[in-house]
Amino acid sequence: MRAPARTMSPPRAAAAGVPAGRKLAWLPPAVVAGGLIPLAVLGVRAGAGALGPDPVAEALNQLGLLALVLLVASLAATPVKLVSGWTFPLRIRKELGLLAFFYACAHFLTYAIVDQGLEVRAIVEDITERPFILAGFVALLALVPLAATSTARMLKRLGAARWKRLHRLAYVAAVLGIVHFFLRVKKDTTEPMIYGALLALLFAVRIASAVLRRRAAPR
Amino acid sequence: MSKLPKEPPAGEITPPALYLRRRELLKSAALFAGTASAIGGGLVWLTGGAARLSAAGAPGGEATPLGSAAAPPGPPAAGASSSGTSSRDPFVTDEARTSYEDIVSYNNFYELGLSKSEPARNAGRLRLRPWAIACEGEVKKPEVVDLDTLLRWFPLEERVYRMRCVEAWSMVIPWLGFPLGALLRRLDPTSRARYVQFTTLLDREQLPGQRSDVLEWPYVEGLRIDEAMHPLTMLAVGLYGKTLLGQNGAPIRLVVPWKYGFKGCKSIVSIKLTERQPATSWSRAAPDEYGFYANVNPAVDHPRWSQATERRIGELRRRPTLPFNGYAEEVAGLYSGMDLRESF
Repeated sequence: MRAPARTMSPPRAAAAGVPAGRKLAWLPPAVVAGGLIPLAVLGVRAGAGALGPDPVAEALNQLGLLALVLLVASLAATPVKLVSGWTFPLRIRKELGLLAFFYACAHFLTYAIVDQGLEVRAIVEDITERPFILAGFVALLALVPLAATSTARMLKRLGAARWKRLHRLAYVAAVLGIVHFFLRVKKDTTEPMIYGALLALLFAVRIASAVLRRRAAPR
Repeated sequence: MSKLPKEPPAGEITPPALYLRRRELLKSAALFAGTASAIGGGLVWLTGGAARLSAAGAPGGEATPLGSAAAPPGPPAAGASSSGTSSRDPFVTDEARTSYEDIVSYNNFYELGLSKSEPARNAGRLRLRPWAIACEGEVKKPEVVDLDTLLRWFPLEERVYRMRCVEAWSMVIPWLGFPLGALLRRLDPTSRARYVQFTTLLDREQLPGQRSDVLEWPYVEGLRIDEAMHPLTMLAVGLYGKTLLGQNGAPIRLVVPWKYGFKGCKSIVSIKLTERQPATSWSRAAPDEYGFYANVNPAVDHPRWSQATERRIGELRRRPTLPFNGYAEEVAGLYSGMDLRESF
């Protein structure tokens, strides 16, 4: 279990919150600004009554999908680096992850406040009795400690190895998010399957690279 | 700054370091804006664009006025006729009607597309005439009836029904049609007829959704014969005083207001009376989720969502779901002695 610490390379630390070099200083704020554009578009369309006959369902679908897409994107940083050698995705991993958390919260709050009208009993019943909603709720809970420990200070306090282990929860959250999506659709599972396949691919890259490293090590 | 006649005062000269930094800042600003809009645009496209539900386009096809009767009455003023409790008319609810636009743009009709907006886009492919309906099975007078002939047999009535989808949304729809019972009586069922099976048109050209295998095609639905003969059960050929559009199941569809919407077989080509309970499409696809009876029942949850409440299209807040969709007084007797948790 100590092995991962050895592979901790400087760009990873940078992505984890250590101040990045000046070279791409514009990139993280650009990601945050771009990541918030869909929220603005959604707000404008909701205000204009342009979300279709069931605007609540439409807003829920969009917010949920944004959370999932951004979460998968944040998980792509390391595999992309492993395959291509690019390190810039590592500099925006934190922003992508926090945006994912933000949209997951917006998704849940829209469900709890707008859809269910803060009917606590109905919400609790949904979470406890419907695996589909439970999966989504646990995914959201799993993101909480990750968002809370996203700062450089928390990375230092936890120590890189422990911090890394904790942040593997992001994969759990993504898997649960896809399960949530999968159970949500009635019959056409194409879309959740696409995200599932993508996540599996990201996993595969990490595993393949770990195997290669282990093979290289004994020599 | 181009050439100036005199040397500018030193204070006006931008130091080269700052000048270079400004270029760098401008470059960074451009990169920032470009990246932000690319990411934002990509995410908006991914979540709002593509095949997902977006602002509904113009509904495919055009509805023509239907029925010789005068134009149907407009929606009653709010609370106008809800005073007399004894004058309760199950055939015409006085609840606010869902807008025509919403009814024709928010549809579940997988044969015309899996999203809610696709059916309206693809409905133009349906050729609505000529249209024949095979009336067959356990009847003494089987025949294949042309739709226009069928429409001459039975006078059209307007009925304003609540429609509840199993996905927990609902509408109020002014249908035009005639009671299914009238047709069944004319066909003269044999003593063996216990169920009625409805089948949707099977044609991949007109119904492109049938190229995907989300369900087994053609779509089959069914009722017990007493449900089919109930005066509330109707075959609809229009709504809001106009002919049905493809996305709503043109040219003729089943409407059973106390059951979830998926029971309402669309674009019907066959009505068959049978001795055995038909194997219906949704209950074959997921028997634990979609029962044969599919009566609207707030006490029996769907595995993925509660049925206790529903959202009326056009409203933000949920409302409690009524047993049998508010038609309990009329139809509860059909199920006396049955466990509706078992036969859901």
